[in-house]
Amino acid sequence: MKRVLTGNFAAAYGASAARVHVIAAYPITPQTTIVEILSEIVANGELKADFVKVESEHSAISACIGAQAAGARTFTATSAQGLALMHEMLHWAARGRLPIVMTNVNRAMAPGWSIWADVTDSVAQRDTGWMQVYCENNQEVFDTILMSYKVSENKDVLLPTLINLDAFFLSHTSQVVDMYNQETIDQFLPEYHPEIKLDVENPRSFGALTSPEYYYEFSYKMHQSQEKAKSVIKQVGNEFKQLFGKKYDLIETYKCDDADLIMVDYGTIAGTAKESVDRMRQKGLKVGNLKIRYLRPFPKENIRKVLSNTKAVGVIDRAISFGQEGPFFTELKSAMYGLDIPLFGFIAGLGGRDVSIMNIESMVAYMQNNDPKDLIWIGVKK
Amino acid sequence: MKKNKKPKKVIIEKASEMPPMPASLGSMRVNKTASWRSIKPIINIEKCTSCMICWKYCPEPAILPTNPPEIDYDFCKGCGICIVECPFDAIGSEKEGK
Repeated sequence: MKRVLTGNFAAAYGASAARVHVIAAYPITPQTTIVEILSEIVANGELKADFVKVESEHSAISACIGAQAAGARTFTATSAQGLALMHEMLHWAARGRLPIVMTNVNRAMAPGWSIWADVTDSVAQRDTGWMQVYCENNQEVFDTILMSYKVSENKDVLLPTLINLDAFFLSHTSQVVDMYNQETIDQFLPEYHPEIKLDVENPRSFGALTSPEYYYEFSYKMHQSQEKAKSVIKQVGNEFKQLFGKKYDLIETYKCDDADLIMVDYGTIAGTAKESVDRMRQKGLKVGNLKIRYLRPFPKENIRKVLSNTKAVGVIDRAISFGQEGPFFTELKSAMYGLDIPLFGFIAGLGGRDVSIMNIESMVAYMQNNDPKDLIWIGVKK
Repeated sequence: MKKNKKPKKVIIEKASEMPPMPASLGSMRVNKTASWRSIKPIINIEKCTSCMICWKYCPEPAILPTNPPEIDYDFCKGCGICIVECPFDAIGSEKEGK
C-alpha cells in the first residue's frame, strides 16, 4: 500500500509495521509527530503495544532498556537536546547488548536555539556503541526501521540502532512511501525471542560489577559484533530486496564507475548531490556521488574500494567538530589513509541552512581549481 | 526460581565463552566472598539462647537460621555487628589467621 507520508509518519508507521511491544518516548520538536501518531495507533488498537508515558528522554530510553532486557521489542524517538539527555543510557543500551531501535530527527544543538537540521547531535553519540544510519528519503526511513530490527536482533550483532533523518527536510516533508503488505513484513521480520533475558525462572544479574579480568573482553566482543554487523547489514539488505524490491547497503554509489571526481555525503544532501551530478554530467564533467548510510559500523573497506580509482574526493558535512574538521571527513580520511588521492572537506548546511545544487557545483569548481584542503566553509557571510 | 538447582563455580577463560552482555552465568552462592575477613566471630553455644537477633542483624546474611544459629564462614566478612547486637554476649571473636 502506497501513501503520502512525512518522514515522521513514515517512522511511526515503520515502528508499527515492525510490531514493537513497548514504545516509550518524550515529544520534542521536530520529532513530536512520531510520538503523536504512535500514541494514536496504540490507543485505537491498531498496534498491540504498551505506550509508556515518561517525563524525560533519559526515562524514555531507560524504559526501553528495561523492556528490551525483559524480551520486548522496543522503539523510541528523539532529537538534539533529547538525544543528549539520553547519552548515559545510550552506553547502557549498547553495552547491555539490547537491540533497541530509535529514530533521531537530526536537529542542531542549542544555543542558539534551533529546531533545524544538523547532525552534530547524533555524531556526538558516535562512541556509545550504537549502529548509526543516515536516511535520504522517507521510504528509506520506513525501510531502515524494518531492516534495523533484523540487523540489531541478529545474535551475532545484538547492538542497538540509531536511525537518523534530517529535521524538516524529511521529518515534515511529504513523499510517497510504499508500506508494503503486513504479511510480507511479518515474514521478513519474525517475532523477537532473545536467548538471554530477564526471567524469574532463570534469575541472573545484568550489568553488575565487572572486574578488569572481564571488562576488556566485553569491549572486544562488542567491536567484533560491530564488524560482523557489516556482513549482516548486506545480507539483510539482499533479503529485503528479494521481498520488497529496494536495495540497501552500507553505502550507495551513484555514477561512480567512470567518475573523475566523487562527492561523499549523507542524509538529504545526497539527494541534492545526485541531481547536481546529473546536471554536471550534462556539461561534460565526470562527477559521481557516494552516499554514506552507516557511520557505525563505518564501511571503510567499501568506501576505499569505490574511491581508489578517482582523481579527487569532496566530503560534505552538515556538522563541524570544533577544533578539527567535518566529522565524516575525519572518518573518510582515515579510510583513505595511504592512498594518494586529493581530499576536500566541505562544511555546509549547519543549523538547517539549505544546501543547494549551486552550492554543490561551487564545491566541484573549488576542487578543480585548488589544492586539497581539510576545511572549506561553504556560504559563510564574510 | 528453581530452589533445588545446585550452583556450580563457573570460570571463563576465553572471550568466545563469555555471554555477549555482562550478565551473570550462575548464582553468587558459588562466589565465596569471605577472603578479606580479619575478625572471626564465634558463637558460644553455652551462652546462646537461640533468640536469633544475630540472624536478624547480619547484613550478609551469613548467619544460618538453625537452632542454635551457625555462622557461614564462606560468606561472613567479619563486620562484627552480631558481636555488638547479641544481648547475651554469646558471640566472641578472634583475629583471623591466628
